[in-house]
Amino acid sequence: MIRLPHAALFVVATTIASLTPLARAVAQNPPPEAVVIGLRYDPGTKPGVLVLRVAGSSGDSIRAILQRDFDYGDRVNVIAPDETGIPDTPTAGRNGNYPLYARLGAHALVQATPTATGLHVAVHNVADAKVARVKDFTLDGAPNSREWRMSLHAISDELETWIHGVRGAAATRIAYVQGVRGSRLYVIDSDGAFPTAVGDDVGALSPAWHPKGTHIAYSVLGARGCCQITIFDFASGTSRQIPAVGMGLNTTPVFSPEGSVIVYTHGEDNGTDLFATTVFERGPARRITVGRGTDNTSPTFSPDGRRLAFTTGRLGHPEIYISDADGTNAQLLTSFNFGDQNYRSSPDWSPDGRLIAFQALQKDGQFQLNTISLRDKSVKQLTSDGSNEEASWAPDSRHLIFSSTRTGSKQLFVLDTESGRWRQLTRNGGVRLPAWSPPLKR
Amino acid sequence: MHSASRFLTLSVVALVALGACKRKPPAVAAQPPQQTPVSNPTPAPAPPVETCDAACREREANARTAAVASATAALTATIYFHYDASDITDDSRVKLDAKVPVMSQNGTVRIRIAGHTDSRGSDEYNLALGQRRAAAAKRYLTDRGIDGSRIEIVSFGEERPTCTEEEESCFSRNRRDEFEITAGQITAGQTTSR
Repeated sequence: MIRLPHAALFVVATTIASLTPLARAVAQNPPPEAVVIGLRYDPGTKPGVLVLRVAGSSGDSIRAILQRDFDYGDRVNVIAPDETGIPDTPTAGRNGNYPLYARLGAHALVQATPTATGLHVAVHNVADAKVARVKDFTLDGAPNSREWRMSLHAISDELETWIHGVRGAAATRIAYVQGVRGSRLYVIDSDGAFPTAVGDDVGALSPAWHPKGTHIAYSVLGARGCCQITIFDFASGTSRQIPAVGMGLNTTPVFSPEGSVIVYTHGEDNGTDLFATTVFERGPARRITVGRGTDNTSPTFSPDGRRLAFTTGRLGHPEIYISDADGTNAQLLTSFNFGDQNYRSSPDWSPDGRLIAFQALQKDGQFQLNTISLRDKSVKQLTSDGSNEEASWAPDSRHLIFSSTRTGSKQLFVLDTESGRWRQLTRNGGVRLPAWSPPLKR
Repeated sequence: MHSASRFLTLSVVALVALGACKRKPPAVAAQPPQQTPVSNPTPAPAPPVETCDAACREREANARTAAVASATAALTATIYFHYDASDITDDSRVKLDAKVPVMSQNGTVRIRIAGHTDSRGSDEYNLALGQRRAAAAKRYLTDRGIDGSRIEIVSFGEERPTCTEEEESCFSRNRRDEFEITAGQITAGQTTSR
């Protein structure tokens, strides 16, 4: 499937063949898969990272999770050569083995050693042939438990910061709903582990995370129609409705970046508009948009909390508008040509503030994901296979979770917006409306 | 159009049936029972009294039942919309016009209008679109004199489809307003007297 340039193959083969007997053995094998992926995804800008074998009964799990987190982060090349003969301990000096790691493409080595409370981790700089940084980490819970794995994801995220300066997004979860009639709320780890039902509500829709990851807001479609805004508290395991929200249509809640206010869609006889109210204290509901009978829904905050983007039908078809957080200065964000399939919706503002992801209906009736730059309004289409909807940014502002029909039934997928690489997260049908959490552990 | 025609036809049938019942009493009075004693002279015959035998009462009850059914059918008839639109179509206008007298003559009746959409479009935007469709039907009725407090509107968006095929014949059946009676009762007399 992936073809290496002949010149690159020649250089790699020649270089490896000139090394130690061990390296010769490596050269006789086909190119390791991770290295191939690295060449495909521009190796010049991504450091190679080799995770050394980890001792102990959980060592293989620890190594596999760290490798997978680095791989899913898409910012490093995970070097995973044939195991035979790769030394577990880097040694410096005249007869040291750092050059061997360098020949395998590693710029950094991750050496993890189990301790009584967790892991002692050393990251080696291969070029300098020395340890660059060490730290003792705590691992929560029993090995391979949900808490234990989340602790390990947090270690991966910090190690990524050490290696290339940007924190990873592995220690996160994704909230979503599953089912059409009687949809239920779930969360799943960012690597696809532990899909878990949250709360008891049947008819849950449009989940949104609190910026601290402590709560999820969502709307609940009842037997008599849509919907009430509900908040689930992970600490107590209970949910409650927001008292200020009146009767009628109440959907698409979203927390303000500082977490005390919730903005949501409220609809009665005269259209649907955005409203705001306090989350943890009793307060009135305050109207934000004045749509004059049109639909205004799916709000998303800028990271500084000063602006909102939302879907509105005030032009006669759904488009993305942007306004100040109080609803003033509303203006069209997504330009369109008359005669197009004018349907753009479901915006999500990236955590770094640079882009807004949204979905646009194509002439073939399928939705495709796009981003629009807040700086110059340039639009980039991200998907083309199947119908792709409901994008939500990861905390790294690089990956998106979204629902797609590209493999048949609607499933959740993760897309690397820079390389176009994607992976399937869920395997159960009828999964939709995903929301990526903030970092849940540091 | 089709349901409204059926409603009108049923109403006419009901009226004719009731009318037939009322014409019968004079015929009964013209042929008094044979067992009437002849020895006692009787006063002058009383003016004809409208009576209704069991068969007549059954026909009348059936007519009333049919009238209630047709009025209920008119009031709960589903209306349909074009893609991504909440405008009332000509067909829907006929159906809504048939609901107005039922609502106005049955003052205790309250209804809930539930707006639905097809599966295309954003799940979240479709909830708003369903609300707008329900509101459009409510506005049509209130503009014709029906008290708005008797009409509740809700939306189900695309969450309650009547069919799931990804084709226009199914899409068009899902783009709809459903009408449900939530309180009060439709009575035949009020319905057939119009």
